[in-house]
Amino acid sequence: MDIDNFLAALTLTNIALALFGVVAGTIIGSIPGLTATMAVAVLVPITFSMEPASALILLGAIYTGAIYGGAYAAILLNTPGTPSAIATTFDGYPMAKRGDGDLAVALACFASVFGGLVGAMALLFLAPPLSEVALAFGPGEYFWLSIFGLSLIAALSNGNLMKGLAGGAFGLILSTVGVAEISADIRLTFGSQTLISGFGVVGALIGLYCIPVLIDLVAVPDRHLKIEDDVKSVRIGEAAAIAMKSKVNLIRSSIIGTLVGILPGAGGSVAGLVAYSEAKRNASPDQKFGEGEPDGIIATESANNATVGGGFIPTLVLGIPGTPPDAVILGALLVQGVRTGPTLFQSGGDSIAYTFIYGLLIATILMLPVGLLIGRYAYKSIVTIPKAVLVPTVGFMTIIGTFAIHNSISDVGIMIGLGIFGWIVGRFGFSASPIVLGLILGPIAEQGFVQSWIIGSATNDLIGMFFGRPISQAIVAFTLLSLFYPLLVGRRQRAMK
Amino acid sequence: MKRRTAIKTLSAAAILTMAGAFSAQAAVNGPVNYIIPFGPGGESDISARFQQPFFKSMFGQDLVVSYQPGGGGAVGWASLNGKKGDGQTIMGVNLPHIIIKPAQKNVGFNTDDLNTFYMFHFTPDALVVKADSPYQSLQEFIDAAKANPGQMTLSGSGKASANHLAQIKFDKMANIKTTYVPFKGTGAAVAAMLGSQVKAEWGYSTVGAKQGEAVRMLAVAMEQRHPLFPNVPTFKELGYDMVGGAFRGIALPKSASADTTKMWSDMIGKINRDPAFVKKMLAGGFAMLDVDAAGMASFMKARSTEYLKDAREAGLIK
Repeated sequence: MDIDNFLAALTLTNIALALFGVVAGTIIGSIPGLTATMAVAVLVPITFSMEPASALILLGAIYTGAIYGGAYAAILLNTPGTPSAIATTFDGYPMAKRGDGDLAVALACFASVFGGLVGAMALLFLAPPLSEVALAFGPGEYFWLSIFGLSLIAALSNGNLMKGLAGGAFGLILSTVGVAEISADIRLTFGSQTLISGFGVVGALIGLYCIPVLIDLVAVPDRHLKIEDDVKSVRIGEAAAIAMKSKVNLIRSSIIGTLVGILPGAGGSVAGLVAYSEAKRNASPDQKFGEGEPDGIIATESANNATVGGGFIPTLVLGIPGTPPDAVILGALLVQGVRTGPTLFQSGGDSIAYTFIYGLLIATILMLPVGLLIGRYAYKSIVTIPKAVLVPTVGFMTIIGTFAIHNSISDVGIMIGLGIFGWIVGRFGFSASPIVLGLILGPIAEQGFVQSWIIGSATNDLIGMFFGRPISQAIVAFTLLSLFYPLLVGRRQRAMK
Repeated sequence: MKRRTAIKTLSAAAILTMAGAFSAQAAVNGPVNYIIPFGPGGESDISARFQQPFFKSMFGQDLVVSYQPGGGGAVGWASLNGKKGDGQTIMGVNLPHIIIKPAQKNVGFNTDDLNTFYMFHFTPDALVVKADSPYQSLQEFIDAAKANPGQMTLSGSGKASANHLAQIKFDKMANIKTTYVPFKGTGAAVAAMLGSQVKAEWGYSTVGAKQGEAVRMLAVAMEQRHPLFPNVPTFKELGYDMVGGAFRGIALPKSASADTTKMWSDMIGKINRDPAFVKKMLAGGFAMLDVDAAGMASFMKARSTEYLKDAREAGLIK
C-alpha cells in the first residue's frame, strides 16, 4: 500500500511538478509582499485540469518553496519576503552585512529542508493523533499563546526593554484599526475609508523593514553588503558543519514549528519567533543573538518550514486549515471533489493523502539543490549590483508587492508612511520587530480574550476559563520563565563576579 | 474568433430557449475579472472556483478570480462602482453582509449601490453538534438550553453575521436564551465545536458535508431536506419557520448597461442550471438558488426587511 503510494508520487509528471513548484515558490516568496498564500492562490486554476494528487503536490511544493524563499530578502535586504521570515532578519541581515550572506543563505536552505522534512514526517506518521492538538487549543490557550508571543519583546529588545514595550504597544494599537475581526466594530478609522481595512501585516512588514534599509542605502556612501574577496561559492561545507553542530537547535525548532503549524490561526511567523526565542534562551553565553548568530537563522528557518507539514495535519484530518495557504489548498481540493477528513488517512480510503505526503517530501528534498542554486544567484546579484540599480529595483518591488496584497494604491501610501515613521523612530533606538509583533499578535490576543470572557461569563467560571485549563497554565508558566529568565541569568552572572 | 462567435451564438440560443425572451447583443470580450471581496480560501472563493471551469467551457473565456479583502468585504463593495461597467469586471456579493454592514455604520457603500444581478446559492443555517454530544435531537438541545438559561454556548463565524442572526432568530422562536461566541471564520467556529470549547455551533449544511461522521446536524434551515442529508430534519418540519442562511451572488458596477446586466444574469443562470455543476454544489452541502436580475429587487427587499428587523431587535443596529 505504502510502496504503491510512494511510487505514485514518483511519476515523472509529479517530480517535474514538484520541481517547478519549488522553483516558482522560492522566487515568489523571495519578493516582499508576494506571500505563500498568494503564490498558491494564483496557481490554483492551473490545477483544475490535473489529477488531485498531482495538483496537491504542485501546490504543496509552491507553498514550501515560498516559505523558504522568504529568507533571501530577510537575509540580503533585512526585509522578510513572507511574514514567516521575520525572525530570519534578526541574525541574517547582520551576517550579510559583515560579508557572510552566502553562508546565511546556505544555512537557511539546510535548516528549511530539515524543518520541512520533520513537518512532513509528522504529517506522514502522526497526523490523526496530532490533529487533536488543534482541537485542544481553545480561546484561552490562544490568548495566552499570544501573550507568550508578546513576552518575546523582552527577549528581542536587547537592553532596551522600555523602547521594545513602547513599540509593542504601538503595534497593538495599530492592530485594532479597521473592522474588528470578531466584533465587527469599526475602530480608530476617524471616518476614513482608507483605514477601514486596517494595517495589514504584510504591508507593515515591507514598510517597517524595507523602507529604512532603502533610505540608509541612499544616505550612506558604503556598499550595501560587505564583499569577501570572492563571491563564487555559497559556503556549503561550512554551512553544513554549522548545521550539524546545531542539531539540538534544529530538532527543537522543527518540533516547535510542527506544533505551532498545527494550530489554526498561529502560522509560520509565530512559529519562527517562538523557535528563535527558545534558541536564544538555550544559547551558550558566547553566542550573540541579534548580531549575526547562525543559530538564529537555523531556528527560524527550520521552524517556519516545519509549519508546512504541521499545517497540513488539521487541514487534511479535520478539514480545518492550519495556515492561510492551507485554506486555499483545501478549497482547491473541494473543487476537485476530494473529501478531507480522517477517512483520507484510513487504509482502503483514498490514497491521495499519502501520495501527496510523499510528493511533499520529494519537493522538500528538491529544495536543497534548488535553494542552494537560486540562493547563490540571489546573493551574487544583490552583492554585485551597483547601488544605483539596487535601490530603484527594490523600491519598485516594494510598491508592486504592497499593491498586490489588496490591489489598492492606498496600501502603498500606508506602507511608505509606516516606512518613513519606522526610519525616524529607528534613529532613536526603536526597532521594527516589536511593532510587527504587536500587529500580528494583537488580533489573536483580542479574539482569545473576548471569546474566553463570553464563555466564562456565560458559564459563571471566568477564573477557570483563563487560569484553570492545563495547557493555559503551562503557557503561562513558559511566559513567566521567558520573562524572568534573563533577569535570573543576569543576577547569577553578577553574583559569580 | 469564428469559434468564439459560434459558441456565443450557441449559448445565446440556449439562453433564448430557456429564458424565453432575449434582447442582449452584448458579450464578454476576453478574460473576466471576478473579484472576491474576501481573502483566498473562504467559502466565497471556493464558490467562485466551482464556477470557473464551467464558465470557461460554456462561454470560452477565462474567469479570473482575484481578491480585494478588507473590512469584512466593505473595501471591495465600496470600490465596485468605481470600476468599468463594460461587463469585464464582476464582484461577489454576500448576504446578510451587504445589508447589515451599511446599516451599522458608514462603510463606503449602501446596499442599493450594488448592481446585484444574480444570487446563485445559499449555505443553509444548521445547528451542529459534535458526534458524541449528548443532544441527539433539536428538542433535547432546546430542553438543555431551557434548563440553564444562558449557559448554552454556541460558536459561529463573526458578529452580526448569518450565524449570529440565526442564533438570534432561533432563540426567539424556541423561547430560549443561548450565548453566541463569535469566531473568525467558519473553520475556527467548527474547531471550537469539535474541541468542545462550546456546546454547539451555528453553522451551515456545508459543515455537515465537510465533517461527515465527526458531527451531527440537529436541523437545517431549508424548505425541504437537503439531498445529501436525508436524515437531518428541517427546522420547518419541527415547527420552526426558519429558512435561510448565507446567500451568495454577483454584482456588476452600477454603470453597466441593462443589456450587460441581462447577459450576465443569463450566463450565471446557465451555469447554475447545469446538471454537473448542481451535482458538485449539492455534494459540497450548498443549496441552489436562482434569483436573476429581474427578480432581484423583490428578493433583496424581503431579505432586508427580515435581517434588519432581527438585527434591530437584538441591538446590533440602531
